[in-house]
Amino acid sequence: MKLREIAHSRTGDKGNTSNISVIAYHEKHYPLLREQVTSARVRAHFAGVVEGEVVRYELPNIAALNFVMTQTLGGGVTRSLALDAHGKSLSSALLDLEIEDDLSA
Amino acid sequence: MRTIRIGSGAGYSGDRIEPAVELAEKGDIHYLVFECLGERTVALAQQARMKNPDSGYDPLLEERIRAVLPTCASKGIKIVTNMGAANPVAAARKTAEIARSLGLASLKIAAIIGDDVLDACKDGDLKIMELDGTIKQLGNRLLSANAYLGAEPIAEALSGGADVVITGRASDPALFLATMIHAFGWAMDDWNLLGQGTVAGHLLECAGQITGGYFADPGYKDIPDLARLGFPIGEVGEDGSLVITKVAGSGGAVTAQTCKEQLLYEVHDPTKYIQPDVVADFSQVKVEEIAPNRVRVSGGRGTAHTGTLKVSVGYVDSCIGEGQISYAGPGAVARGRLALDIVRERLKLTGVAASELRFDLIGVDSLHGTNLAAHANEPYEVRIRVTGRTENLREAVRIGNEVETLYTNGPAAGGGVFKSARDVVAVASVLLPRELAGPRVHFVGM
Repeated sequence: MKLREIAHSRTGDKGNTSNISVIAYHEKHYPLLREQVTSARVRAHFAGVVEGEVVRYELPNIAALNFVMTQTLGGGVTRSLALDAHGKSLSSALLDLEIEDDLSA
Repeated sequence: MRTIRIGSGAGYSGDRIEPAVELAEKGDIHYLVFECLGERTVALAQQARMKNPDSGYDPLLEERIRAVLPTCASKGIKIVTNMGAANPVAAARKTAEIARSLGLASLKIAAIIGDDVLDACKDGDLKIMELDGTIKQLGNRLLSANAYLGAEPIAEALSGGADVVITGRASDPALFLATMIHAFGWAMDDWNLLGQGTVAGHLLECAGQITGGYFADPGYKDIPDLARLGFPIGEVGEDGSLVITKVAGSGGAVTAQTCKEQLLYEVHDPTKYIQPDVVADFSQVKVEEIAPNRVRVSGGRGTAHTGTLKVSVGYVDSCIGEGQISYAGPGAVARGRLALDIVRERLKLTGVAASELRFDLIGVDSLHGTNLAAHANEPYEVRIRVTGRTENLREAVRIGNEVETLYTNGPAAGGGVFKSARDVVAVASVLLPRELAGPRVHFVGM
């Protein structure tokens, strides 16, 4: 299944860094997110978009992950040549990630 | 326990006007906060002020203030806003003039000054965080340097009896935190309270983004009545307890999901959300729906502030030229790609001096590049977009012109050219030792 089936997401921007939250609709799916939505997978998913590193932060209290991706916004929101200079549309791309759900409840 | 209700009347400079009027009239609020200052807005406003010393504040200030001031005055609702941009004193004078014209001459209007730290930054020749080099190396391209001020001077203005407080650059959450510090007398070293107050300010600062804006996804996350989106209200207790809600009957929704998304919006390390007044810790925050459109948010904490203030430095970066044209029907994508190839070659042949170029096929790969778009179906129509960075406007204009020549020299059936060339004012950041900024309260119009 797609990540979109179990999680929602929002993108924020600061300079040339984008952050994307991934929030489980139901707490029971948080372990699945932790296992499968790794910073390495997110980095690979955004190959060609993210030029820097991807760091993941965990927020178990709200069953969420926060990905911080450096060198992602065309040199910075205020100078980027990109159509979506803020990267606001990136969250939708991440929700297209494939998730294996055979081990979940 | 004492509780205040804070309304968030705008999430950016161009935001809708009438949700703030609805908050003032029906929100039973004590404070109405307008966050209207984008990252580079102060730099652009500084350019305007250099041309006219009475300008340099938010262009929508008059419209917003006129829309809410009579109701706020009659109900005793205090207004806090960063619409002062590069000229808070002129904005405060303008507000006083509006108040007089509405028969509200007794209102006290305060400006917060001292965020302009250009001289201190030049003297210190501070290192620019995003670029290799220091502030001096920007030379005459440097336009402005404004420190993100904290809540203290705003709270001081409120305690001095201000009905309207107008700042320039200030931390967005601090606009809200100041009302709590003023109302409850929170100590400026009670880090956990300041941390939880920052959670409240952070959740409220983007207005509609916590009531269902920037959220709806049909079939997955449905939100009613976005055209009448209600803006949020934070109910804050003196112990820092917080409930996010909105005006009954307004559009949108406040849910655990909208609150969680906004909690992490523009956040990096959730244990270190660095503010002028506190380093807030969002990592232990809990979010709980207690009734329809009422969400309790608890667990924000904090530690001592850092020794520095973040300063937003505006500078003339470059110019950007752009051109677009559309193709549709059978073979649209192939004709779009051919058009991009032609422009790519033309820019080389004619020697357009661009340091960076970008070739997009809108509808196919313009948002996320070619990798993620590789397996998408072919669209009915596409729009090509060519952008380039140049040193001057004359070169930038040539980029759009090359796209325009596709009308008569390019692939079949290209239509709807758009072209533009613009100067780019960009922002970067430096860290200023906090004692070098001296914020002050300035009352006007009395």
